[in-house]
Amino acid sequence: MTAVADTAPQSAARERGPRTPWALTAPALLLFVGVLLIPLAMTVMLSFHDWGQYKGIEPVFILKNWHEIATDPYYAEMFWRTFRIAILTTLLTAVLGAPEAYILNRMSGRWKSFFLLVILGPLLISVVARTLGWALLFGGNNGLVNKLLMSLGVIRAPIPFMFTETGMVVALAHVMMPFMVLSVWAALQRLDPQIENAAMSLGAGPVTIIRRIIMPQIMPGVLSGAIIVFSLSASAFATPAIIGGRRLKVAATLAYDEFLNTLNWPLGAAVATLLLVALILIVVGSNALIERRYAEVFR
Amino acid sequence: MAYLELDRVAKQFGAQTVVDDFSLAVGKGEFISFLGPSGCGKTTTLQMIAGFLDPTRGAIRLEGKDLTAIHPAKRGLGIVFQSYALFPHMSAAENVAFGLEMRNVPRAERAERVRAALAMVGLAGYEDRHPRRMSGGQQQRVALARALVIKPSVLLLDEPLSNLDAKLREDMQIELRQIQRTIGTTTILVTHDQNEAMSLSDRIVVMSQGRIEQIGTPEETYERPASAFVSQFLGKTNDFAATIDRTSAPARLVAGSWSAPAPAGFSGPVTVSVRPERIGFGDAGLAAKIVTRIFQGNHWLFQCESECGPAIVIRQNDGQTQPAEGETVRLAWRPEDMSVRAGAPA
Ligand SMILES: Nc1ncnc2c1ncn2[C@@H]1O[C@H](COP(=O)(O)OP(=O)(O)OP(=O)(O)O)[C@@H](O)[C@H]1O
Ligand SMILES: [Mg+2]
Repeated sequence: MTAVADTAPQSAARERGPRTPWALTAPALLLFVGVLLIPLAMTVMLSFHDWGQYKGIEPVFILKNWHEIATDPYYAEMFWRTFRIAILTTLLTAVLGAPEAYILNRMSGRWKSFFLLVILGPLLISVVARTLGWALLFGGNNGLVNKLLMSLGVIRAPIPFMFTETGMVVALAHVMMPFMVLSVWAALQRLDPQIENAAMSLGAGPVTIIRRIIMPQIMPGVLSGAIIVFSLSASAFATPAIIGGRRLKVAATLAYDEFLNTLNWPLGAAVATLLLVALILIVVGSNALIERRYAEVFR
Repeated sequence: MAYLELDRVAKQFGAQTVVDDFSLAVGKGEFISFLGPSGCGKTTTLQMIAGFLDPTRGAIRLEGKDLTAIHPAKRGLGIVFQSYALFPHMSAAENVAFGLEMRNVPRAERAERVRAALAMVGLAGYEDRHPRRMSGGQQQRVALARALVIKPSVLLLDEPLSNLDAKLREDMQIELRQIQRTIGTTTILVTHDQNEAMSLSDRIVVMSQGRIEQIGTPEETYERPASAFVSQFLGKTNDFAATIDRTSAPARLVAGSWSAPAPAGFSGPVTVSVRPERIGFGDAGLAAKIVTRIFQGNHWLFQCESECGPAIVIRQNDGQTQPAEGETVRLAWRPEDMSVRAGAPA
């Protein structure tokens, strides 16, 4: 009996042929290799090449760029700033986005779909347009809000926003919010609709219900949202480029500058590669941690 | 005095009246079932007692005190939800302990009560298991233990057994009844399964479209259904059109060629309702022809065409020869085995 059950799937696979899955995924696989893996490998290789102001790129294998990144404190500061901004953005979206999703989930019918649209709407607008909006509101003396507050006498000097880390975090949080809200929202959908009533009937007050019943159950959603927001923020380009400009650089804008302004492609490639490796390590590591910690909720 | 009392309770959602004029007095320790088809307002009524919904009209009292004025968290009722609503991130023991924690029961006593509650529902040794790693029946038991461990004044069960397969459901019915008898908690069970209601309850509240059709013991509701709805809903029944014949003295109740002394208080067209197992084949009575005869092990099921329309008859398989298909028979029953209602059958 067991023998029959064991061989059944095998014979089915044999009928379809062992190559069928490969044949079916080949087009996507080719595209994946062609536009992602090969350029990526070339970028990694590029980071070991030499570059000079007058000689251009020399295809040799040296550790010059990596040595420079490792020793020059400028790069350490810049990477530290990149991840600091990403962490703060992640915290801000989590602190605002989780309650937002919870409140949204408790709304009734019509309001729920309306506000869901309000939250997801920005995804339809270009990141550049959204970030420029912040620049229009807070950009120096001409920013709308700054002008208004100064004319009202609330503040003397314009609120520093452009070229500050705070400004970058705020603008990035705004851009990333939908990802957090959607992620928490998905976790909330998996809650038993009667779970709050169950806790209430056992004598729990509203604060206890949120702290002891809701939070632990949506935590995986918050954390997976955090991973998305963190990796997108750390590698974000448009928002840091507009808010930070060339004065306040992060890894992505630095790599861009090395590629297109200094034309030092190998150094830019080294920065980009380091950013990618660091992100992969952080994301994979925290994902493993989360899955182990919340095994019961994930099942 | 009634322990739990619902006094003309009504609930409206917008213009739609979902529960209306619901009055019920539950005695202490009683086991009551709300029985009715889907959408008749059973859950709504239960949720009003629990406090998750506010009644539009009427009063709910527990030991004479107005229950609607008390916050659901302070009512001290035990509730088992249809979906169980267990806390998936807590183990079975933590689930059961939650209500005790909320009551600030000291740790040692808490552990002891949790252990006892889980043992009572047959889950000793499952303390550290998480709900998602348990079977439906086990989850159901955890939910029951969680509701019972707080020593609730009333236990509310919303179709707790409907997610279980037939065999497990029967086992749990027996267990539920035993547990309820042992600890004597006043219990209200919502169900749309008439067998469940009959085998568990002291009294059944039969509901239809938000209204009470009948309140009575299982025997009463089965033997003396107050309306056509009740008799149809609680098992199979035969409704025959009959009249009261006042030309003879004393007056007689007549259905086709069957007749009996007329019960008091009726006139004109009436409906005679008889359960299939109460009809026998005799020498006199309603003329009928047997259309089909089905053998069902311990009994026979006959579908007949009678003078007063189709009729079903159930006879015990007691070894006697039974009439064959196509045979003409006479259907007879004792007057005490029927119930009579005014008006023609629906
Ligand atoms: N929040 C609500 N808003 C509007 N109508 C509702 C609401 N809740 C329930 N109803 C309606 O009230 C009626 C009774 O619902 P209820 O859940 O009490 O039925 P039930 O007897 O428990 O049925 P079931 O056996 O299917 O659980 C239904 O017609 C339902 O559509
Ligand atoms: Mg229901």
